[in-house]
Amino acid sequence: MATTQVVSNQLHPITFWQSSNGKKVVMAVTGVMMFGFVCGHMLGNLQMYEAPEHINAYGHFLHNLGELLWIERGVMLLAIALHILAAVQLALRSQAARPIGYSRSEAINSSYASRTMYWSGPIVLAFIIFHLLQFTAGYLHPHAQFVAGDVYGNVVSGFQVWWVSAWYIFAICLLGLHLSHGLWSMFQSVGLAHPRISPILRKAAVAIATLIVLGYISIPISVLLGFIK
Amino acid sequence: MKLTLKIWRQKSSNDKGAFVSYPVDDVDPEMSILECLDVLNESLILRGEVPVAFEHDCREGICGSCGFVINGVAHGPERGTTACQLTMRHFKNGDELTLEPWRAKAFPLIKDLVVNRRALDHIIEAGGYISVSTGQAPDGNDILIGKEIADESMDAAACIGCGACVAACPNASAALFTGAKITHLGTLPQGEPERERRALSMVAQMNAENFGNCTSIGECTGACPKEIPLEVIANMNHDYVCASFKRRDDLPSPVAPVVERA
Amino acid sequence: MTLDARIPSGPIEEAWDKACFDMKLVNPSNKRKHNIIVVGSGLAGGSAAASLGELGYNVKCFCFQDTPRRAHSIAAQGGINAAKNYPNDGESIFRLFYDTVKGGDFRAREGNVYRLAQNSGKIIDQCVAQGVPFAREYGGSLSNRSFGGAQVSRTFYARGQTGQQLLLGAYQALERQIHAGSVTMVPRTEMQDLIVVDGKARGIVARNLLTGELTVHIADAVILATGGYGNVYYLSTNAKGSNATAIWRAYKRGALFANPCFTQIHPTCIPVSGDYQSKLTLMSESLRNDGRIWVPKKKGDTRPPNEIPEDERDYYLERRYPSFGNLVPRDVASRNAKTLCDEGYGVGKSGLGVYLDFSESIARLGEKTIRERYGNLFDMYERITDENPYKVPMRIYPAIHYTMGGLWVDYQLQSTIPGLFVLGEANFSDHGANRLGASALMQGLSDGYFIIPNTIGNYLATNTFPKVDASNPAAQEAIQAVKTKIDKLLSIKGKRTVDSFHRELGKILWDYCGMARTAQGLQVAIGKIRTLREEYWKNVTVPGSGSDLNESLEKASRVADYFELAELLCIDALDRNESCGGHFREEYQTPDGEAQRDDEHYSYVAAWGYAGPDAAPELNKEPLEFHYVHPSQRSYK
Repeated sequence: MATTQVVSNQLHPITFWQSSNGKKVVMAVTGVMMFGFVCGHMLGNLQMYEAPEHINAYGHFLHNLGELLWIERGVMLLAIALHILAAVQLALRSQAARPIGYSRSEAINSSYASRTMYWSGPIVLAFIIFHLLQFTAGYLHPHAQFVAGDVYGNVVSGFQVWWVSAWYIFAICLLGLHLSHGLWSMFQSVGLAHPRISPILRKAAVAIATLIVLGYISIPISVLLGFIK
Repeated sequence: MKLTLKIWRQKSSNDKGAFVSYPVDDVDPEMSILECLDVLNESLILRGEVPVAFEHDCREGICGSCGFVINGVAHGPERGTTACQLTMRHFKNGDELTLEPWRAKAFPLIKDLVVNRRALDHIIEAGGYISVSTGQAPDGNDILIGKEIADESMDAAACIGCGACVAACPNASAALFTGAKITHLGTLPQGEPERERRALSMVAQMNAENFGNCTSIGECTGACPKEIPLEVIANMNHDYVCASFKRRDDLPSPVAPVVERA
Repeated sequence: MTLDARIPSGPIEEAWDKACFDMKLVNPSNKRKHNIIVVGSGLAGGSAAASLGELGYNVKCFCFQDTPRRAHSIAAQGGINAAKNYPNDGESIFRLFYDTVKGGDFRAREGNVYRLAQNSGKIIDQCVAQGVPFAREYGGSLSNRSFGGAQVSRTFYARGQTGQQLLLGAYQALERQIHAGSVTMVPRTEMQDLIVVDGKARGIVARNLLTGELTVHIADAVILATGGYGNVYYLSTNAKGSNATAIWRAYKRGALFANPCFTQIHPTCIPVSGDYQSKLTLMSESLRNDGRIWVPKKKGDTRPPNEIPEDERDYYLERRYPSFGNLVPRDVASRNAKTLCDEGYGVGKSGLGVYLDFSESIARLGEKTIRERYGNLFDMYERITDENPYKVPMRIYPAIHYTMGGLWVDYQLQSTIPGLFVLGEANFSDHGANRLGASALMQGLSDGYFIIPNTIGNYLATNTFPKVDASNPAAQEAIQAVKTKIDKLLSIKGKRTVDSFHRELGKILWDYCGMARTAQGLQVAIGKIRTLREEYWKNVTVPGSGSDLNESLEKASRVADYFELAELLCIDALDRNESCGGHFREEYQTPDGEAQRDDEHYSYVAAWGYAGPDAAPELNKEPLEFHYVHPSQRSYK
């Protein structure tokens, strides 16, 4: 019987990474890491509802973590890179798996979020780049002056521009959409599921994603409505 | 009632295919869609044309032979129903039905609505069994199996291997099929000794056969005529991940995939 | 020809062990030098191919479907019998043996049936070990139910999909051997003829259904496990592809065909709904455990069933058979339904149906319990008929389901052609004139897992196999005959489709050789079949070519064989001047309408031999001896 060399004589990590299932595990693990960051970042942001000194001091604290900050940035970059690399490779593989498509195709059982992961992901990525350029590096801060160290002021002046807020809200909603599927899909990918638990996980994913969206977008909305000045 | 069947016609994998529309009068609401095709084929034969090739055998929803995409949905609009049990009463007079074959690189087209699904056999061949030869079995009641365990295993074992999961998946993934067999056997104590080796071999074969990846979107379980739950895929991943973290020297060898053989 | 069934002498309990010990063995290192062909991949063929592969033989397994997992064994719903006596209700090997011989109306061979009962327990063990998810009790032990009127609970089941699960077990064992390289699977390939060299079966001619290519496959022994011939009736519960070509070609090459007229009609199928009907769907017999069968007392009553008051309903089985009621054997239940419908009491649009009513059980046990027991069957019924059986009684009607007849085999499952072995429904051996529910799966697996691995070794060890290849005149003659037939079918270019002929043939058989037969009717049928066959060879049209996937051509070749088989079926039915089991001759019935056997004259197996295209078949008789179960009039009153 003819055999092909797919697994034999290869190192485990390579085999693992080469399989679709392995890549999905990588996406799940890197997804969890990014999700952790998203949560922490949101909690930090919510300090906008306190006195300006609080969040400025928090920003100062983060910037002076030294090597730790760079380790954290390095880890996040690696996570993002692996997440994207795996996603792109899997997308190409999927495309190759169906060279001829259907003339008609109807979704009967999937959520909108799950079908749009390949769109929501890149848009959120584009947003993150813009967001870093605006609030971390300060290169792009339309219609206002970026003041290094004044986190509170930068947020207020940034979000007072309506389209910056609109872009932010749109991107965060997409992030929420991405998370509402990703947060439970990663349990599937690493193999943690049960007919009784999975439906709860699905609902929990949507609930958490909603909370995150609300937490984030409340800030530009508050700025635009003048609650935060 | 009268219907129009818009059917993918393709002489062979080497020819170019196209949709051809056929009006069918005298459709009885009690007919199955396969019987509707029978009626069409009888008239095509009498007109000297080549009838539509489609796969079918038991016509009671269990052999897994039949299946094509009807109006964009594998096995048609009724949940938990194979094409052979889909009666025409679900359609209205004047409807146009688009019939397309399963589309996937791993399922090369043979003729019209017939595709080659041997890739699914290869996945089973790679490890979808319990290695016990005839005569080696202890008494059936020697190993007790709780009712819940037996039921969970049976839920997964109900798979008929029709390939609708692959057809319905936007990524053409065979994860539901593979996961169902891994869950069926892995849930039972008899399947435990080979559990991880089985996951490694079957997943390797699944990947070798040019199926896409699973994005957990659930179209497969929606199209599945036996409504196999999506969790079977998580079970597959679980076994695969556990197995991948262990050293083993006796890795099984996958067989040449369908696409390579052609 | 004298038929030697090779049944071992001595007590029946020790016969099989003794036979096994007396058999010659093949040296393990020589096994891989023996090539074996298995045709069919269902329970019998799949389990045989897997077991022989495990032993080390070089096996080639053929099926016409795209994968071995599609074989029609998959459709068996109810369960598989085994003499385990787990429920402690008096079951034993002897009781299973006794019930099977009696249920078969004393037309089966005692030795074979006893061995089947002996093997039954091992089958369950083997299937459990393979991972078949049989139903279990909360405590973890295997669950049993009573089935088809048996008075003990000996049936093991996996929901309503027992056949599927057992077949997948065999299929997985087969795939394991394919991976190991001991079995080569040849799917989408149909056997077209048997190659007999120097009196021994040495190979087959097969047609690749995708390319039309005809190839010769040579082996030391050939196993046919190709199922029954129920599709000769056109409408049956068989799969559309199930066919009799393999056994029919073997018959024409010299194998004897035994008891062709023993066909089984299953009482609980969904009635025909129109002319386009392509097959009939079975509803498991287990439904009769809780459903009550009735028809209106008034002829031609068109009121909806729920509007017919209790005292205007005729629960005819309960009335006629007070002790067995709705659980009488299949042949009895079917015949009664037919008689009433013929008299005009039938229900439904066509008048060909009786009610199977669950309202009383639902009232007694609650809808939940009924749903747990039969939920999937009720869903299937509703899917097909659009009627909710929880609210409206089901309509059912009998349909051809199983054929007890088949190629004649001896105790070692060898046909009259040395080296040709026949397993499962394709042979005639174990069910006599009527098969009990949940026994077909048992027989297929017993033959494949436990009998053939022993008996084929004996054949291979005691014979020599001179080298034969595709250029052998016998192989060339066979392949040429197939080619000629296919070319002929393609060249007629007449005015009628294959299906229209098949439907007409099926109607003739159903009308004259179905549930009730008469000498006069059978003679009419033989005449009609001959006329129709003549027309077939002049007026059939087969579109397309012989060099690609062409289902019409596949069907045309099978239907050509059905004409000949149908004639033999009627000849056998005409020759058997008695009623027994599924064979009911109206001339031979007891005063109250039950089957009247004639043990004095017909206690034999009728094994027919092919004598030539226009010659009458030759009848050979294998007398049946009953040392353990003494023939008596079956009574279910």
